[in-house]
Amino acid sequence: MPEPTRTMAVKEVGARAVSHRLFWPLAALGTLLAINLIATPTFFNVRIQDGHLYGSLVDIVRNGAPVLLVGIGMTLVIATRGIDLSVGAVAAIAGAVACVYIVKSPADGAVGTAVVAISMALAVCVALGLWNGFLVAVVGIQPIIATLVLMVAGRGIAMLVTGGQITTVNNDAFAALASGHLLTLPVAALIALGVFAATQIVVRRTALGLLIESVGINPEASRLAGVRSRTIIWTVYVFAALCAGAAGLIIAANTHSVNANSLGLWIELDAILAVVIGGTSLAGGRFSLTGTLVGAMLIATLTRTIPNIGIPAEANYLFKALVVVIVCLLQSPKARAVLQRRREPIPTSREEAVV
Amino acid sequence: MKKTLIGLCALALGGMSLSACGSSEEGADDGSITMGFAQVGAESGWRTANTTSIQESAKEAGIDLKFSDAQQKQENQIKSIRSYIQQKVDVIAFSPVVETGWDAVLQEAKRANIPVVLTDRAVDTEDTSLYVTFIGSDFVEEGEKAGQWLVDNAEASDVDKDGTVNVVELQGTTGSAPALDRKKGFEDVISAESKIKVTASQTGDFTRDGGKQVMEAFLQSTPKIDVVYAHNDDMGLGAIEAIKAAGKKPGTDIKIITVDAVKDGMTALAAGEINFIVECSPLLGEQLMDVAEKVVAGEEVPDRIVTEETTFTPEQAAEALPDRKY
Repeated sequence: MPEPTRTMAVKEVGARAVSHRLFWPLAALGTLLAINLIATPTFFNVRIQDGHLYGSLVDIVRNGAPVLLVGIGMTLVIATRGIDLSVGAVAAIAGAVACVYIVKSPADGAVGTAVVAISMALAVCVALGLWNGFLVAVVGIQPIIATLVLMVAGRGIAMLVTGGQITTVNNDAFAALASGHLLTLPVAALIALGVFAATQIVVRRTALGLLIESVGINPEASRLAGVRSRTIIWTVYVFAALCAGAAGLIIAANTHSVNANSLGLWIELDAILAVVIGGTSLAGGRFSLTGTLVGAMLIATLTRTIPNIGIPAEANYLFKALVVVIVCLLQSPKARAVLQRRREPIPTSREEAVV
Repeated sequence: MKKTLIGLCALALGGMSLSACGSSEEGADDGSITMGFAQVGAESGWRTANTTSIQESAKEAGIDLKFSDAQQKQENQIKSIRSYIQQKVDVIAFSPVVETGWDAVLQEAKRANIPVVLTDRAVDTEDTSLYVTFIGSDFVEEGEKAGQWLVDNAEASDVDKDGTVNVVELQGTTGSAPALDRKKGFEDVISAESKIKVTASQTGDFTRDGGKQVMEAFLQSTPKIDVVYAHNDDMGLGAIEAIKAAGKKPGTDIKIITVDAVKDGMTALAAGEINFIVECSPLLGEQLMDVAEKVVAGEEVPDRIVTEETTFTPEQAAEALPDRKY
């Protein structure tokens, strides 16, 4: 007697796991890692190098940090039924402001200089976020247009700040943002995961998450119910800009330099992709930060897979697109239903339909 | 408020017509040459050095330069070329943003009898009579120079002494002319030496971040890397960071060859972190002014002029570094 119930329980757990919205992204991540492991048997090896962890997996987590940071901000913006296209430009401005400040400062190698530079860059990002929030929440411009303004103008601003030059800095404290290590772990990853944990706690342990979702589902009804939609929308855009700024600083620190043309170029698309892969709907409402974490890691792994398994440069984009399409199809309930109906005998589905 | 606005508009209009008159007079024959130059933009240090070189050389040669910045847009460039035609300049020079779509505006220049000189980038047209000459780098030759150095130094470049020189290549933006040609030139030359093998090749998009990430992957996936060949300095600089993080010494444990010779690259070369740089010079101003004078005087010029370029070893870099402008 206990045997059948156990198998049923196992089946049920299995079914629940498969229907979990993170099952397919996680499965895709696992498959990608497995492909890498077959191509390079030492792929999972992690060793201690100069007192810190070193290996492909560490690189993936570190290189995925900027997309994760931008993705966290983007998740909240998307949850309010918005979108922020300006994050790449904001990242470029943050990197430009910090690097130019460090280069112009008389003590360009000092820790204090780096701290001031980082604070200044983040302060600028708050201002940029306020601008985006103002256009969306107060003026009422559609988010995609409102943030397009800064997406285009922002690169111009970054170019003005750097004078169109690639600015190189020699500041170890600043460089540590990307290539430094704390307790053998990469600082960039710790920053991103720290922001992730803090955001997760704030939105889930307080009512903020619920309020954001309610604004995303119906801003007018939320306002009538006493939710301050405008303040919440404004807050998420400022937060998204701050996250983008942090990402920009990490990217700049990674190469000790800022190139206003290429820093954070198209990172908004990677971030939106991470959010969507993570199961947050672009229509707003329910959101999943954990999903975004998985999505960001999937993108970082994908980026790493290309040189690792030796895909020719010409086929890069095609390979990326194929993986993304497969993940999205697997996630789509409709596509899954079609696949399942094919596999199952027709009477069963009819019975289901009757029930 | 309204009045001031109207006033401002009138002022602006007045200013425009004034300046238009001024320039048409300048275009008239007074012996000196007027050149209209339509620049791509100011997207990199390289481009800024290119602009400075052209402006300074024009001043030195006594050529009146009319300069416009297209901010990476073809329509802006076409607009400024049209305005140069209207101003009746003696010669038009420009760096095309993209390769195609120039026939119409170049026809207009031809009809107005204004010779056109292309700089740095070519255009794709069947009618080569539309421009006089193209001054720019030969990217294939740059790749060949890089390959030649490796062939000449094959013995020393085999860092692990296993008989093969394993090269990993960091390509520029996929499909761009410099990436395609630098790859081709390099491969042509190294094929003569059977010891040298390109074991992995991937695009780093000409950026430091791209070069670093691809190099990180190569360091894990490709065993026994002896040499890195990067299509520009920036990707090479990114690779240096990745090599350092792997606990290896760039320039010693892994040899590095790059193309460009911008200041940051030269600094790394002088410090021994890069082993060889092939120059891709933006300083074509002098050659351009020279050609302009010849064309206006009605002399023949070759239809392809290669920019004067050199190569640098660490010692040469240390010498050249103090007066490096870009």
